[in-house]
Amino acid sequence: MGSRVNEILEILSKNSKLTPAEISTMLNMEVEEVKDIIKELEANNTIVKYNTLINWDKTDKERVTALIEVKVTPQRDQGFDSIAERIYKFPEVKSVYLMSGPYDLCVIVEGKTMKDVASFVAQRLSVLEPVLSTATHFILKPYKIEGVILEDDEKDGRQVITL
Amino acid sequence: MNWEEKISKKVRDTPPSGIRKFFDIVNEMDDAISLGVGEPDFVTPWNIREASIHSIEKGMTYYTSNWGMIELREAISKYLKERFHISYDPKDEILVTVGASEGIDLALRTIIEPGDEVLIPDPSYVSYMPCVKMAGGEAVPVICTAEDEFKLTPEHLKEKITKKTKALILPYPNNPTGGIMDRADLLAIADVIRDTDIIVISDEIYAELTYNGRHTSFASIPDMKERTIVLNGFSKAFAMTGWRLGYAAGNTSFIRAMVKIHQYTMLCAPIMSQVAGLEALRSGFEEDFKTVRDMVKEYNYRRRVILKGFRDMGLECFEPLGAFYVFPSIEKTGMTSDEFCERLLMEEKVAVVPGNAFGESGEGFIRCSYACSIENINRALNRIGNFITKHI
Repeated sequence: MGSRVNEILEILSKNSKLTPAEISTMLNMEVEEVKDIIKELEANNTIVKYNTLINWDKTDKERVTALIEVKVTPQRDQGFDSIAERIYKFPEVKSVYLMSGPYDLCVIVEGKTMKDVASFVAQRLSVLEPVLSTATHFILKPYKIEGVILEDDEKDGRQVITL
Repeated sequence: MNWEEKISKKVRDTPPSGIRKFFDIVNEMDDAISLGVGEPDFVTPWNIREASIHSIEKGMTYYTSNWGMIELREAISKYLKERFHISYDPKDEILVTVGASEGIDLALRTIIEPGDEVLIPDPSYVSYMPCVKMAGGEAVPVICTAEDEFKLTPEHLKEKITKKTKALILPYPNNPTGGIMDRADLLAIADVIRDTDIIVISDEIYAELTYNGRHTSFASIPDMKERTIVLNGFSKAFAMTGWRLGYAAGNTSFIRAMVKIHQYTMLCAPIMSQVAGLEALRSGFEEDFKTVRDMVKEYNYRRRVILKGFRDMGLECFEPLGAFYVFPSIEKTGMTSDEFCERLLMEEKVAVVPGNAFGESGEGFIRCSYACSIENINRALNRIGNFITKHI
């Protein structure tokens, strides 16, 4: 059973548009069983959301992303969780990770312009009391996101028919 | 010069591959979907490519031993033992070839005397018959049927054995049918040939691609190793078709004889491919062949989708348990395989291969490869479905 669940998750993580009927064929299962498993995974928040991976560089949307290294003072009884929460609740913040190494939180922030991001760091992030320091790195170009190469130039060059 | 007269009769009499016309039409079409591709759609894993690039940078651009690099032969030996429970001495029982294709040619040329008969399950991969003939032998097809899941049955085999029978080619998992021979099937074949002198050329190139348990090598059947030459390669298991890297494993007298032809005609397999093959096995041992298993898992998804697709159309299709082909019957349409494939291509722009390209027993069937994305399989199935509805 567990391996079935993992297989469904793996399949959906690669292509969330597949229907339960298609998945049931791929895995040789009953459709109803697949539906039940997916429902359960959604209910317990294992499947959090069905997103679309977009290469925004291909659009005319103005957009900058920055990776911010944040050093913080952990809070009594709550460690890093409460400060992380105060940071991730800002809508500008796309991701937050607790890190090992020289800084504590890795915060990914998105804005329209560099000025937007700079003002977020200056006016929202740095001013939080537990934040000791920040270092902001702007992302210049994404090559690979979530295991997917954005500009894959490996074409299918196979002959159309081979025996 | 009149080249028609100059070209040897043997070559003149060899028919060209029967699918050229389809190939030309598909190439001209814009929106065609091909289920006619007989090679993986996966690209060779990056670590393998990277290892080969590194070797070129280091200047490894020379010949290797005629037999192939000893490190590679040692890895192949370990691989055959771990994965298929057959053991061969890397020193003198394994030859690295330029694809399993060269192995087929070498094995046949090594043993055939004029007039020797070689038994070939029909339908099978297209090169066996011409290779037998060009080596001076007689190719004898042994019928395999959908009712028998395209397995070679002892009954059909017995019927074709004569005093002149020199060898049997055992191509399982099978291209074009996707049929496999499990241990019980192989034991039954072993019983038929046990008291004969028949050599078995076991082409196991699809050995990693099975969907109902692991492949059984004929050489692992009791008493059969001595008479068996195992042919295998990297093309299908590691998505390495273009590298042209295969190997033959068998009795040292046989292998030494093959090496004689190989050293004068081929010299050795390209060193950059051998380095890549070594990395494929090295990383395979390290991760318990997870990359291979992941590919098999993906093929298996597609296999189920395409099989269901054909059955839902009302076509009879036995469940293929190996390789990456399905072989549905198109008898219900009343068309010949050739006619079906040509009309399907013209009317719905889907390329599949007529079953009779693989032997007479393939008439009434089509070979569809699922070495392509599920999206393409579904698009192709839709179009074939339209075609079938129109013509049944």
